[in-house]
Amino acid sequence: MTAGIIHHRDKFLQTIAKKLGREQRTTGVTRPRWKHLPQWSVFKGYSQEDLVEAFKSQCSRIHTDVVETTTDQLAATLKQVVAGYGGGPVVTWDDPRFAEYGLSPLLHEEWPSEKIDVHVWNASIGQKNIEFAEKANVGITFSDITLAESGTVVLFSSGGKGRTVSFLPQTYVAIVPKSTIVPRMTQAAVFIHKQIEKGEQIPSCINFITGPSNSADIEMNLVVGVHGPIKATYIIVKDR
Amino acid sequence: MAMKIGTGEFKERIEKGIHNSFMRGAVAGAQERLRTRRLEAAKELGNWEEWRALGEEIRKHTLENLDYYLWQLSENVAKRGGHVFFAQTAEEANEYIRDVVVKKNAKKIVKSKSMVTEEIHLNPVLEAAGCEVIETDLGEYILQIDDHDPPSHIVAPALHKNKEQIRDVFKAKLDYKKTEKPEELALHARHTLRQAYLTADVGITGCNFAIAESGSITLVTNEGNADLVTALPKTQITVMGMERIVPTFEEMEVLVSLLTRSAVGQKLTSYITVLTGPRNQGEVDGPEEFHLVIVDNGRANILGTEFQSVLQCIRCAACVNVCPVYRHIGGHSYGSIYSGPIGAVLSPLLGGYDDYKELPYASTLCAACTEACPVKIPLHDLLHKHRQAIVEREGKAPISERLAMKAFGLGAASSAIYKLGSKMAPSAMNPFTVNNRISNGPGPLKAWTEIREFPAPGKERFRDWFHNRQKGDHQS
Repeated sequence: MTAGIIHHRDKFLQTIAKKLGREQRTTGVTRPRWKHLPQWSVFKGYSQEDLVEAFKSQCSRIHTDVVETTTDQLAATLKQVVAGYGGGPVVTWDDPRFAEYGLSPLLHEEWPSEKIDVHVWNASIGQKNIEFAEKANVGITFSDITLAESGTVVLFSSGGKGRTVSFLPQTYVAIVPKSTIVPRMTQAAVFIHKQIEKGEQIPSCINFITGPSNSADIEMNLVVGVHGPIKATYIIVKDR
Repeated sequence: MAMKIGTGEFKERIEKGIHNSFMRGAVAGAQERLRTRRLEAAKELGNWEEWRALGEEIRKHTLENLDYYLWQLSENVAKRGGHVFFAQTAEEANEYIRDVVVKKNAKKIVKSKSMVTEEIHLNPVLEAAGCEVIETDLGEYILQIDDHDPPSHIVAPALHKNKEQIRDVFKAKLDYKKTEKPEELALHARHTLRQAYLTADVGITGCNFAIAESGSITLVTNEGNADLVTALPKTQITVMGMERIVPTFEEMEVLVSLLTRSAVGQKLTSYITVLTGPRNQGEVDGPEEFHLVIVDNGRANILGTEFQSVLQCIRCAACVNVCPVYRHIGGHSYGSIYSGPIGAVLSPLLGGYDDYKELPYASTLCAACTEACPVKIPLHDLLHKHRQAIVEREGKAPISERLAMKAFGLGAASSAIYKLGSKMAPSAMNPFTVNNRISNGPGPLKAWTEIREFPAPGKERFRDWFHNRQKGDHQS
């Protein structure tokens, strides 16, 4: 990757240092140990079961439906949820978990045979992915990390995991393996921070998505479904 | 000054605000709701004071080492292929952004809500360069199509408009035929703006928090508009005030938690998005080119002064939502895009006392703002410091206060004149008094009584009452 260009930095930072009454610093600053760490006390000592319950209860406050299922039943559950949203077209990530969780027959045989259009994200066809996502009725992704406190799914983008699968379609379905549920954003932030410390490259886009798009800009009335999806469902897979 | 809105004098703006009864009702309702939701969210956490202390500690440390963290941020943005432009003035920032846009031969630009681009007055510059600029936050969009009506609240910019007014704007400016129902209005905006995202050449965003360790920017919305602004156009330009930065993901997380709770009482908003550089090779959506513009525009001059703590601000508007003065005069009265207590502290610092010397007086110093602030900015102390600076250093106290103080100074100068004055007050005020209330007072009282009644001076002076009472005590 070609490095970007930095313009006019020196004078800008020197001005700041001068106003702070010292020499400019480009090294030698370490974060202090913060005196208070209240973020770690949220859901402290919760079992995975407790976290699932907390997650479900939060979802009732963010206009998001929750369905619980098992790996065996996942295909049937997903089919039902999509039918409930009025069917296809459907767009999904190109993510090995769809096969691991037994969803390949549904995506590649069952739905096509029922004349439901399915598009699996395919970077090699470029812009066509976006055209499809824009017309899709349902977008489906897995959750990479799930936050119990806020009812949030965390998505890491990559070549197969297009950003707009969760934004452009009318409705959005996230598959949430139970093992991905952590207490809150703190745990996700630490996970990413550690990747950076190890020198790994983090995704170009990390989405923390909490329910469908909404706005209260007109007389403080909540309207659900503004620019992104109008409705959302999380499917919890209890045995994974 | 670019952040300035409206042209009238402070007093005229206030008058307009106070006589706008819909606006006053809407503001009071919104304050009530947002305040209650914030308190509930804080209560649910149970240890809110610890959260505030942590937020303050993070912001203080970051500001004290701001040059270091901005250095680290810019290095990491460049490593990921993004370009960084440090702009000392609004003009430098606008010029750079215009150059990028012109070089891309861009005709259509979509924007997600950003206070700093309002502050530097970016849109007119882009429009002059021949671009169509479209705001995508629903509130901002409403204001934009209504001939650029200025925002009146940091978080809810169109708060001063009712749905019937919005419907009429949609009918006049868009092809809208439906009713004033918020759902129908929002759906119409969805369709119009969807086409804008898909056809725009450049997307411009603000920045809630930049993350130094990774060169990332964090965007916080409920609508998801920032995501489409950054996912679809080929070029992304992000503009940030230079203080909007945290060391690592761990601090970003804490400040986002404080922001969403303090702004709207939500644990997290619907969309929190962390973007790092342009899209990677092999990715389809996200920009091909990413520019980060870091703006000073008067902020460095605040560092190292008694006002430094104002730069801790994370733009949640919790202070606005508890302010009794904002409640009555509304956002436009401040004459700045930054309204409420934070605006009254920040606007004079960024825009100068010549334009904003009245704002520090638009406060009762009740300290509700300080108590509400999630990063513990001592707002009412800073307002008080402004007043001291205005009077002591600048000799620029607002005229009404100067006259009142002069009169008081004369009246209080000798005890004989003071006694006479306080004795005369009841009869002097008699012509203005109805049922023991003054509702149309003369001289210095005029500004006050135009808004509300003033209690008439007691028939018995405190001194006399006290004297008599003491005599009574002796008797018993």
